[in-house]
Amino acid sequence: MIGAMTEDSGQSGGRAGVRRPGDSIFRALTTGSGLAIVIAIGLIGIFLLIKAVPSLVADKANFLFSPDFITTDPTNLKFGIRDLFVVTVLSSLVALVIAMPIALGIALFLTHYAPARLSRPFAYIVDLLAAVPSIVFGLWGAQVLGPTLEPFETWLNKVFGWFPLFANGNIPLAGAGTIFTVGVVLAVMLLPIITSVTREVFRQTPVMQIEGALALGATKWEMLRTTVLPFGRSGYIAASMLGLGRALGETVAVLIILHASPKPSGFSLFDGGYTFASKIASAASEFSQPLPTGAYIAAGLVLFVLTFIVNAAARSVAGGKVHK
Amino acid sequence: MKMKRHGAALGIVAAGALLLTACGSDNNTQSGGSTGGSTTTAAGAKPDCGGKKSLKSSGSTAQANAMSRFVSKYNAECDGYNLDYTGNGSGAGINEFLAKQTDFAGSDSALSASKGEVDKAKTRCDGNPAWNLPTVFGPIAITYNIPGVSELALDGPTLAKIFSGQITNWNDAAIKKLNPSASLPDLKIAVVYRSDESGTTDNFQQYLTAAGGGAWTKGAGKVFAGGVGSGGSKNDGVATILKQTSGGIAYVEWSFALNSKLATASIATTEGGTPVKVSAETVGKAIDAAKFKNESGNDLALDLSSIHGSKVAGAYPIVLATYEVVCSKYSDADTGKAVKAFLTVAINDGQTGLDANGYVPLPSKLKDKLSAAVKAIS
Repeated sequence: MIGAMTEDSGQSGGRAGVRRPGDSIFRALTTGSGLAIVIAIGLIGIFLLIKAVPSLVADKANFLFSPDFITTDPTNLKFGIRDLFVVTVLSSLVALVIAMPIALGIALFLTHYAPARLSRPFAYIVDLLAAVPSIVFGLWGAQVLGPTLEPFETWLNKVFGWFPLFANGNIPLAGAGTIFTVGVVLAVMLLPIITSVTREVFRQTPVMQIEGALALGATKWEMLRTTVLPFGRSGYIAASMLGLGRALGETVAVLIILHASPKPSGFSLFDGGYTFASKIASAASEFSQPLPTGAYIAAGLVLFVLTFIVNAAARSVAGGKVHK
Repeated sequence: MKMKRHGAALGIVAAGALLLTACGSDNNTQSGGSTGGSTTTAAGAKPDCGGKKSLKSSGSTAQANAMSRFVSKYNAECDGYNLDYTGNGSGAGINEFLAKQTDFAGSDSALSASKGEVDKAKTRCDGNPAWNLPTVFGPIAITYNIPGVSELALDGPTLAKIFSGQITNWNDAAIKKLNPSASLPDLKIAVVYRSDESGTTDNFQQYLTAAGGGAWTKGAGKVFAGGVGSGGSKNDGVATILKQTSGGIAYVEWSFALNSKLATASIATTEGGTPVKVSAETVGKAIDAAKFKNESGNDLALDLSSIHGSKVAGAYPIVLATYEVVCSKYSDADTGKAVKAFLTVAINDGQTGLDANGYVPLPSKLKDKLSAAVKAIS
């Protein structure tokens, strides 16, 4: 494909009139790379649509609002994404709520508080978190964190049970295979992603502004608030959305930690169930017939669209407030 | 009476097999069994190696470990011959078999006539019927986690009530009645089930239907229908949750209960009968008493309710039966010969040591029937 691009990209030389092969080749290569990603996304979307539509037509339940996901009998498909959607969104939101402030703190610490000697190795350690395979996080969450969080979750449930998010879930709390636990694990996984981008953005704050603020008598905290934070806000939000995308799509860790539930979701953080991704992974070994497989692909399509919407929303939020 | 007819058929088939293997071995020490014409079945113990060098098969993951054992025996006994088994799920296994991508399928359930699989298989085998040969049996263990209770006995109706949420506490009268000597705590029962689609769940629910005495009304199927508890993915997910859950009860493959050192419950098949632990011997008893969907012929699809609902004293009834689905006659004689050799190894030497992997070796009566069927493959 790249070869073809090279030939038909014509007048593109740097200086007027002079056409340099190096220039046009490089231009073609970059255009090719740019196009490749758009085409790949487009093809993924088309693939999901083509595979999902027959199953959606055969679906005997309400696709958007049914909590069932029964695909054992291809002639009687009953699947809906209500619970998958609820569990996916809730767990990702818990992760964001926990990870965003901590990541912000880490980024500020690394760029403005930590002694230079400490800053580098510390940043390295945070980045290292991103290199831990998610299945390791999954095992840790299921074997160590879950049982550790169990008393805390029981307490939350007992004291704040009147609040819908902390109401009794649809699974026993034993082992704490709940959305809450998944959220905490996801938060740990998001930290390096959000931190590393935010850190770089904060570092870009013009020194003139920082020094100006300090010269005007601002304390360190006031300086951060008036220069670094406004400057880095859009980057910080973009980083968080990048992390959210990761959380929405996290598969193996969620599959291992989250207990399945025979009852529909009650919008509690102590529910079990499946996220879109973990549901697909749980059944992947049995994908043998087109219609049931299509049901899972339809769920994948919704996740795809959801991620799209989240990203678009993030762009508009971040873009609107940049460099005010 | 059933036995007589079976014996006669066996004799004829075995005689034919003797002819086929006439120039074969004279070292028939590995006897097929002791009932019904055992002297003639011994002829099948040594495989008649030959045909296609490399067979392909796929399907049930439940029998994958047994298959790898069979394959290594097959490699050893038939030098230069191999079988490639992919554990990708029963449904996929059957589909690939029907699409002629594999030579036979491994499946947790026999071919279903209502899904049209029987007819499709006939087409795939060029007009010859396909046979379901139950060669691998994996018992399902009932495991529990009750602090301070090392022995627990349960029966079908009680299990059905526990797994459907009708009995919710370990000190329930029904459980106490089965365990007069145990001190059962006042502890909530936490059911743990397999959340992925699995033959284990299907067979366990079939057992609850057959042995539950009407207490289980949720039907069978690969998805747990009990409506209580929490689910884990695959055997290890279930085991993890069970270990963390005080008061938990779960069903897992026997091999898994052994490896994870989980406490297993004894099962009583009849009211007032002695509860038995899962073992090769107790499960063998249940299998030997099994009935087939067609009592004559070589399609050995089991009537599973005869195992699950077994009233035989000392039998352990919760068993997952997996089949090899083969063509009775392959259009390509080379393939037929190799499939036959492989299955001969599988049901004879392949069975030794199978219990170490959590399967039960074939009991003698079934082994005889299988030998006859395998010999009839061409």
